[in-house]
Amino acid sequence: MFRTALRNVLAHKARLLMTVLAVMLGVAFVSGTLVFADTLSNAFRNQSAKSYDDVAVAVTSYAEKDDAEKEPGLSRKTLDEIAAVDGVGATYGRVDGFAGVADPDGKLIGVGWSNKGSNFAPGKGGKDPAYTFTDGSGPVKDDQIALDRDSAAKGDYQVGDRVRVATNGPVKEYTLSGVFTTEDGAVNAGGSLVLFDTAVAQKQYLEPGYFQSVTVTAAPGASDAKILDAVKPLLPDTAEAKTGQALADEQAEEIEQGLGSLKQVLLGFAGIALFVGVFLISNTFTMLVAQRTKEIALMRAVGASRRQITRSVLAEAALVGLVASAIGFVLGIGLAVGLRSGMAAFEMKIPDGPLILSATPVLAALGVGVLITMFAAWLPGRRAAKIPPVAAMNSVHAAATTKSLVLRNSIGAAVTALGAAGIVLGASSGGDDGRMYIAAGAFFALVGVIILIPLLSRPVIAIVRPLLVGPFGVSGKLAGQNAVRNPRRTGATASALAIGLTLVTGLSVLGVTVGTAIDKTTTDNIKADYMVSMANGRDLDQSALTALEKAEGVSAVSPQQSVYFQAGDEDFVSASAVTPGDVEQVLNVDVVSGDIGSLAKGKIAVAEKTARSKGWKPGDTVPVTFNDEKKGTLEVGAVFKDSEFLSPVLVDTKVVKPHEARPSIQQIFVKVDGGQSSAHEKVLTDALGDNPAIKVMDRQDIRDEFGGIINTLLNIMYGLLAMALIIAVLGVVNTLAMSVFERQQEIGMLRAIGLDRRRVKRMVRLEAVVISVFGAMVGIGLGSFLGWAIGETFADQIPGYALVLPWDRIGIFLVLAGLVGVLAAMWPARNAARLNMLNAIKAE
Amino acid sequence: MTTASLADRATTVAARATDLSKIYGQGETQVVALDRVSVDFRQAEFTAIMGPSGSGKSTLMHCVAGLDTFSSGSVRIGDTELGSLKDKHLTKLRRDKIGFIFQAFNLLPTLTALENITLPMDIAGRKPDKQWLDSVITMVGLADRLGHRPSQLSGGQQQRVAVARALASKPEIIFGDEPTGNLDSRSGAEVLGFLRNSVRELGQTVVMVTHDPVAAAYADRVVFLADGRIVDEMYRPTAETVLDRMKAFDAKGRTS
Repeated sequence: MFRTALRNVLAHKARLLMTVLAVMLGVAFVSGTLVFADTLSNAFRNQSAKSYDDVAVAVTSYAEKDDAEKEPGLSRKTLDEIAAVDGVGATYGRVDGFAGVADPDGKLIGVGWSNKGSNFAPGKGGKDPAYTFTDGSGPVKDDQIALDRDSAAKGDYQVGDRVRVATNGPVKEYTLSGVFTTEDGAVNAGGSLVLFDTAVAQKQYLEPGYFQSVTVTAAPGASDAKILDAVKPLLPDTAEAKTGQALADEQAEEIEQGLGSLKQVLLGFAGIALFVGVFLISNTFTMLVAQRTKEIALMRAVGASRRQITRSVLAEAALVGLVASAIGFVLGIGLAVGLRSGMAAFEMKIPDGPLILSATPVLAALGVGVLITMFAAWLPGRRAAKIPPVAAMNSVHAAATTKSLVLRNSIGAAVTALGAAGIVLGASSGGDDGRMYIAAGAFFALVGVIILIPLLSRPVIAIVRPLLVGPFGVSGKLAGQNAVRNPRRTGATASALAIGLTLVTGLSVLGVTVGTAIDKTTTDNIKADYMVSMANGRDLDQSALTALEKAEGVSAVSPQQSVYFQAGDEDFVSASAVTPGDVEQVLNVDVVSGDIGSLAKGKIAVAEKTARSKGWKPGDTVPVTFNDEKKGTLEVGAVFKDSEFLSPVLVDTKVVKPHEARPSIQQIFVKVDGGQSSAHEKVLTDALGDNPAIKVMDRQDIRDEFGGIINTLLNIMYGLLAMALIIAVLGVVNTLAMSVFERQQEIGMLRAIGLDRRRVKRMVRLEAVVISVFGAMVGIGLGSFLGWAIGETFADQIPGYALVLPWDRIGIFLVLAGLVGVLAAMWPARNAARLNMLNAIKAE
Repeated sequence: MTTASLADRATTVAARATDLSKIYGQGETQVVALDRVSVDFRQAEFTAIMGPSGSGKSTLMHCVAGLDTFSSGSVRIGDTELGSLKDKHLTKLRRDKIGFIFQAFNLLPTLTALENITLPMDIAGRKPDKQWLDSVITMVGLADRLGHRPSQLSGGQQQRVAVARALASKPEIIFGDEPTGNLDSRSGAEVLGFLRNSVRELGQTVVMVTHDPVAAAYADRVVFLADGRIVDEMYRPTAETVLDRMKAFDAKGRTS
């Protein structure tokens, strides 16, 4: 039987092309993901091992900077004591924090959250082993800095150039003393690293004479563990020591976890792509079996058993799967390489390393490819086994029966109803439980719809048929009818597209709904023209607030300054210090009772929910304990409606100023005379000292800041689903090629009685468009339903939540589906038009 | 000789082939399917083309009907010379001026009988002449079957639909390729009867390829082909005379 299978594969090479392509793509996705993850993990492990290579012991201080009673870090004295330990080669004290570098245009270089500043800690030879200088040397004077090579290149800075650097305070100018390369994580994440002289760094980030961490190298032959034991007693209780090996292992573990989840996400999408491929494969084998009806019947007649027939079809599938998987695996390696360079293009630096090919991806690729193909061919194989021997004597083709669709439809309807019920139940119960119901419901609904799709095809396509006949005449009419001729095949083809579009639409509905809600709350609640914050997300310096208050054309300024105080003996209350009189101009404060103006008199304003739970109302006096443990009383002056942008308690900055050593200002909201303009923006930027580390965002920027991530996420999802959609398109190509092949005689007759090539092509094309758009419509419907249901489960957690159906996007999806049809039909349509009429009309 | 009678009957010519040759392949493997064939098909005449297998009878029909290209010579349908036409114009010519009846796979399974009959007009974007359509449908006796799909019709009924389709667009000439080849003798006789009536009563021109002497007997004239050449022609044939003539060719073919 195997020989028959092999012969069959070889005889139907062209017809199996799309199947091979689909399996190949799916397998490439799977093996590419695995190889990529292995390679990446290896590279990161090597890198972290390398960066801890020389480190025997690393000491890290967790001391609070503002804690007056304890030392703020590791002192020079501790450092010297460690250096004196037996077996220690050298000690390097480190102190670091944020440092943003401006390019010559004053813009920040690198990604905001990983712009790091640290100290240059030369050892005995004047060298710091963590940094390799490619040009110049390390900073040793107050006004010198060194920069990592990529950042220097981005700013086009040469040794000797003046460079503006911002730390949390105002901007300062330094002279570039050198350019270096490093294994530092911040640089590898696409950030920048500025090296200061140790004294400058200490002053900036901690206190003179103190370090945050110490790296200890071992003298030749000394044991890391012994050093660790000797170092531990020397440390204050706010510091912790670990061996370099332990730290490298920890880091490797973290990397593994991070990559593990990336791997899972990618494999999930690969799974979707393969699932979609199942429909295509199944269609192909169904047709191959139908074509071979006589042959199979003959084999049955001469004594082949049913099981042998099924096995022969499965063997054929296994063979196809094997070939496709092998090619797919090679393609997957290419994909892994491409992914790595692709990530580099997005400024995600990945350490160099060899391509890692382990046994797992090879086995996974072959296993997945072969099993998926065999699974998809299983039903057609069973159907082949049911062909009776007498069919060999019949001259007629075995016509596709519509009989068994009755059973199929009943099952489909039941499963769909079950799924829909689960989804609705989940949507109404909400929360995590609700989402569980929805997940289960979504699965059943999808399966049910896939079962039902042949039934749906007739009425749905009947609706669009008039649209085809009108502008496209007879081609449109025939295309509409051809599309429903083989409902199973049309259904399977459309299913592939429907699955992809269900996911795409569901995600879009959710994303756009949430995005719109966030955008609405943002625009509703922020009245300010500008929002000022640090690029790294940390606190702004007090000087920034002062500067903005003095800036020209500014009509209202209020900080959003985090304050923690205890109300009486109860829990800490989250509060914000704001500027009275200005806060209601820059943020929407919806006063329920009392007078917001009373903030200026030292009273506090409380959000409604908090007021209710605490039993406060305007006029009440509340005993408080401030951040510095001092006690006092505050009077409630106003109650306002809860808002995402306001803390539960508002208080005048002046009230808390004596109690906060260092104000924690997260944002400053600014309103300017006559609304935002580039002139105003210039004034604000200048007032802030043209600091690259400080972001001045206008209203559009603010909206992007809060809602932008959703669009980015959606685009990533679209990208990942692209593979599934490509396979769905291959499915459409496959189906059309099969249809054209089966209808040769018919097309020949049409050509003979006067249908020209152009219209034959159009007929095939329109059939493809109808099938694609039908699949898209089913997917969009199901996806919107799912999006609605999932949205309902967290609607109460998002203020201003209201379902938004992204009609523009849905429109684009439909148009794209149509284009997919046109594209998919290109090759089959050409074949149909080029058909040899005389061969076609010849009677069998 | 028959050449004299050809001239006698010279009326308007619906289709004419002059020195028509069709050669497949080159050099050693060259096969001459048609060898300088000249033949006229006159209006309102029912012509049968006969000949043994491989005589070129189907090729001749295909070339004259604009379904196939030819190597040399000329073919005219009415005033139109086919040799110079590109596919697009050939298609248009077939659509507007020619009707076809094939042996099998004649109808589109997705269309009803009526839709199949009006298909050429649909393709051309023309409205069918209602009166004419009705009379054609009545003639072939399909009035009560118009809403049926081909799968619900018998072979004979399907072929009657095909005849109606060929007649409905009032083509200048109808070509039939073994139109009764797949039918039982009663259904075949019906179809041939319709074709003959369309010639006699409606003035239609019909050219039919057949190997069946009984079918040929319905024609006004039989043209005999052998080895790509016209070897004989006969007017007012009967099944017996045609059969005799065929036997003569067979004998000649065997001896030569």
